[in-house]
Amino acid sequence: MTNMPQKNLYLPEIATVREVIQETPNIKTFRVVLDNEDAMNAFTFEPGQVGQLSVFGVGESTFVINSPPTRMDYLQFSVMRVGELTTKLHQLSAGDKVGVRAPLGNWFPYESMKGKNIVFIGGGIGMAPLRTLLLFMLDNRADYGDISLLYGARSPQDMAFQYELPEWLEREDLNTVLTIDNPCEGWEHTVGLIPNVLLEMEPGAKDTVAVTCGPPIMIKFTLQALKKLGFEDSQIVTTLEKRMKCGVGICGRCNIGTKYVCVDGPVFTAAELGDLPNEL
Amino acid sequence: MTSKYIPADRLTAWLDELAASNRVLVPVRDNAAVAFQPYTGGDQELVLDTQATTPPKGSVFPASEPLMTFEYRKDEENPGKVDVAVQPTMEAAPTVVFGCRPCDARGFTIFDRVYNTDGMRDHYYAARRKNTSFVSLVCKETASSCFCHWVGEGPADTRGSDVLATPVGQGYVLEPITEQGKALVESKTLDNATQEQLDATAQVKQDARDSLGDAVDVSEAQEALLRLFDDMEFWQDVSAKCISCGACTYLCPTCYCFNITDESCGNQGFRIRSWDNCMSYLFTLEGSGHNPRPTKAHRLKNRVGHKFSYYPGLHEGLIACCGCGRCIKSCPVSVDIREIVLRAMETATAETKAS
Repeated sequence: MTNMPQKNLYLPEIATVREVIQETPNIKTFRVVLDNEDAMNAFTFEPGQVGQLSVFGVGESTFVINSPPTRMDYLQFSVMRVGELTTKLHQLSAGDKVGVRAPLGNWFPYESMKGKNIVFIGGGIGMAPLRTLLLFMLDNRADYGDISLLYGARSPQDMAFQYELPEWLEREDLNTVLTIDNPCEGWEHTVGLIPNVLLEMEPGAKDTVAVTCGPPIMIKFTLQALKKLGFEDSQIVTTLEKRMKCGVGICGRCNIGTKYVCVDGPVFTAAELGDLPNEL
Repeated sequence: MTSKYIPADRLTAWLDELAASNRVLVPVRDNAAVAFQPYTGGDQELVLDTQATTPPKGSVFPASEPLMTFEYRKDEENPGKVDVAVQPTMEAAPTVVFGCRPCDARGFTIFDRVYNTDGMRDHYYAARRKNTSFVSLVCKETASSCFCHWVGEGPADTRGSDVLATPVGQGYVLEPITEQGKALVESKTLDNATQEQLDATAQVKQDARDSLGDAVDVSEAQEALLRLFDDMEFWQDVSAKCISCGACTYLCPTCYCFNITDESCGNQGFRIRSWDNCMSYLFTLEGSGHNPRPTKAHRLKNRVGHKFSYYPGLHEGLIACCGCGRCIKSCPVSVDIREIVLRAMETATAETKAS
């Protein structure tokens, strides 16, 4: 056995689940705190960065830290149940232990967005990374111009973060539009697919940055809608999802040509995506 | 640094000496293959006249290694509360690899730029890399699958090797390349090489290089492969034979992809790093069910692209292939990476002319 110098890239911090929130039938949110108090106090990250969340004995997987760095009481991860690890995560409750390797990857270019209007367009679980930046901007509200949010889900029960939607709807410094795909009894908001609703909202492209995240099909048509509205590729920011293991650009899994999503991403502008080989 | 000479019949005396303070790995027959295994003494029959079937990749980057142990512990006073303790693990015993080929040792210089830089240090790799020395055997004969001269210097390449051993007469001239190598040949078992032996060494190196013939210039491959990225007809054609077995990746001295998985038994277990294989469908299958590389054509494109285009794009044109030819020699359906690279360059050039 050799003593390991410096930081071990693969060694997670042990963390305790403080709270579990059932967001939708298949999405749960985990609020976790690093057990090492000094590590928790020293922990810093940027909005949009991701982390490897692990259940020891099952494995680890990548999720965005969807709480903002301006609210460091806990680190929040929202997890859709799709496989073995996410199923195990969904079985956890407050007090259970997890592993956290974070922060990893790049982040939203919030510095260059200062002074601009921002349009957030989130679909389904794609709202998670947007939530980080949205809350960060609301906590630094004076730095930004008009902020709009278009958040869509298939149905009302598929809509995450319901506990904070009323506040978002009420805020005068935030223009929130919620939409679902099909009419539903009791739904008081918009009905329609995100790209169509976006075209109806008609946000101006001038001095504006659009930040979008959601299923690939939604992104595809949202990009088309944004272009119709006059947005240039450099004004559109999104995040990419890839299967990752190491999270530090070594294991060779998430590359698109010379770019590694785990270190060069997950945040890219549409202009940057246009320069990548077509392997999304 | 002074070169030494050892007659073949004294080789085991030197290896015994090295084995006193190192784990020594040597190429020995393993059923139908030749593989690197721990040196156990003079009774072992070393296979030094042919390239080993498997490279000594595992000496620094084991096929499977624990990164850490974990253990769930119940709180005795509060049985409902369970803590978890994690302990990193690492084995990095001083190791000497004897009898690999210069291309095998050079493979680790491709790893180094990814695993062991000032910006990104994989401590498991770095510790073993530091503690491992390579005594590489210059190829007296080369195989038809060898193409080290396309991607590097040739069969006497010194990069990655600590000592270069050249078969001369009934023994070997040992040429220390690094300080680590110099320490290895500081042994009373070894004689100083004579001028005649040194001259013979130069001749063996030259003959080996000459036997490979002219090198093909593959510097255009980087651009050509990117240009053909969307040409799936090309990739389907060159991958038609491939059966996605992954032998090419596991036998490659420069392939470094891995997976991380957990294995547990009861309340404890290991987090394990294992070699992974980019020719496998599962390699890039996402949790959502989406797979950016759904066919073997997509996957072979990434494998060839990574070696001859993406890695060079990130590392000053350096090709992530050492030309050992094992992927060609051991492919069950005779996929030849040289043919793919040549065809890519020809196709891209033809397309450019046509446009």
